Amino acid sequence: MIFQSLKMAWKAIRSNKMRSFLTMLGIIIGVASLIVLVSIAGGATNSVTDQIANMGTNLLTVTIRDNKENPLRLSELSDFTEDEAISMAAPNAQSSFTAKSGYTSESITTYGTTAAYYDIQGLELGSGRFLKTTDVDNNSYVAVINEYAATELVGRTNAVGESISLDGKSFLVIGVLKEEDSTIGSTSERLEAYIPFTTLTRMADNVLYVTNFYVASADENSMDEAESVLTEKMLQRLGDDEDAFTIVNQSSVLEAMTSVTNTLALMLGGIAAISLVVGGIGIMNIMLVSVTERTKEIGIRKAIGAGRGSIMLQFLIEALMISLMGCVIGIGSAWGILKIAGIFMSSMSFDISLQVVWIAVGFSACIGVAFGIYPANKAARKHPIEALRYSG
Amino acid sequence: MIKFNDVSKIYQIGDEEVRALDHANMRISQGEFVSIVGPSGSGKSTMMNIIGCLDMADTGEYILDGQSIARYSERELARIRNRKIGFIFQDFNLIGKMTAEENVELPLIYQGVHASERKKRVQEAMEKVELTGRMKHRPTELSGGQQQRVAIARALVTNPSLFLADEPTGNLDSKTGKEIIRIFNELHSQGNTIVLITHDEKVADQANRKIRIFDGCVEEVEG
Repeated sequence: MIFQSLKMAWKAIRSNKMRSFLTMLGIIIGVASLIVLVSIAGGATNSVTDQIANMGTNLLTVTIRDNKENPLRLSELSDFTEDEAISMAAPNAQSSFTAKSGYTSESITTYGTTAAYYDIQGLELGSGRFLKTTDVDNNSYVAVINEYAATELVGRTNAVGESISLDGKSFLVIGVLKEEDSTIGSTSERLEAYIPFTTLTRMADNVLYVTNFYVASADENSMDEAESVLTEKMLQRLGDDEDAFTIVNQSSVLEAMTSVTNTLALMLGGIAAISLVVGGIGIMNIMLVSVTERTKEIGIRKAIGAGRGSIMLQFLIEALMISLMGCVIGIGSAWGILKIAGIFMSSMSFDISLQVVWIAVGFSACIGVAFGIYPANKAARKHPIEALRYSG
Repeated sequence: MIKFNDVSKIYQIGDEEVRALDHANMRISQGEFVSIVGPSGSGKSTMMNIIGCLDMADTGEYILDGQSIARYSERELARIRNRKIGFIFQDFNLIGKMTAEENVELPLIYQGVHASERKKRVQEAMEKVELTGRMKHRPTELSGGQQQRVAIARALVTNPSLFLADEPTGNLDSKTGKEIIRIFNELHSQGNTIVLITHDEKVADQANRKIRIFDGCVEEVEG
């Protein structure tokens, strides 16, 4: 019986192609926009969270605002790592120098730090090595530069062993970072160099002590513990003044970001869902017209022995079929739209998640049934004699 | 096999009460070819609706095949129509979107008959009405006589206990009308029970026995 109803529904849909298509259009647009919007929101979420996760989800950033005339020295940083919740700490000082190599002269962002910075920030080397503790202890004039700086200043990516000049001081390039495939920010378009913290304090007037440093917790789960340990130590160090410093927890930033983008996806999905409901009303409208038009047919079917159930099933399946066909076409269009969007915005990846597809299918099916049940019931309840007498 | 015991049907039209059937009594036996004759408004249609299980009597008893048709649910009535009654209507009542073959197949689908069995029985029915060449045609591509033959095929495909024809020749010219009556005669000679409802005395004469109905009252006439 179900198979026969499917056949009948298919025939009815096919016999009025234009009308069926226009009815489906509401569902097609609804499903396509649902999937496209959620996928774009998902793509944006992924690229943002990836970026944050790349910096390390076990990262705490400490900024000292007021040193109480007792500035934090580099040697003190090792005190923080004594607690087992904290694995590493590295200072971060920043200055801008003029880099010269051959005929080019450009501004370069220079970070003064220690060996631990490499692991804390999750950097990747293209060639050479990163700063070592001995470099820091000896105030060595060595630098690790990013790939962009290497090509700009040396002319090739493998610049290890070459010398560059920062504000007139000659630095030996000991490593080149791998180019980041970042999507936001323009780090790859910026000249960057990492030099020993001690070397930077000598060169830059504004950097003398540690005012900003990164701390890595032992693992992602000990973030909260690490944060409280760190807070306690900082309070102790800075005379119980909570306003003297700030600690930013990277994982809470990530959480906040994820929740923002999830809300965004939910909102966009909700808007698309409204258009699906509107599409469902369209189905109900056309089904009602169809039931009236086919009153005679219903009468004939009832006269030759169709019960209420069969008539109901026939019209319900027709409504369901229209909405599911619309759904399939909608998924196809969404796929096409995202493919095209992917060409124009190559930096983001728009993957259709299977979950959204199932939601779309489930939602369309619900809409087909919800808005098909009233017309189908109306058809099923028609009195055979009156239906047979109907002429119109 | 058909028995009316004091069957009445009353319609309320505005304030007026119309007795479409007034204590009707009659009996039709197995294998008979009976015509029910009467002018329009006499209660013919009501009678046919009750015989055809499309409607139920308000009072009295209608017995079909020894089964009293009263207080049945709509679903059970649909089942009885499907298995026991073959309708043939004045305006053919074929479904326009379906081919002749599919129209004939439809009652078997509602019976839940298997596809291969359906195909065989549709073929047989179409052979009986001599329309095997028109299986794939839609009703609009067929003449009136051909359409009525398709309708007869649809009625006989289920092997019903009763053929119920409502003015089957009413929309046909006299020549094709005769053809249809010939098919009824053939069905009758094969032992089928046929009830033919008409206002046309000439058509009614074709039956073995006439039942007259006037203003809701039934009088039996031996043929």
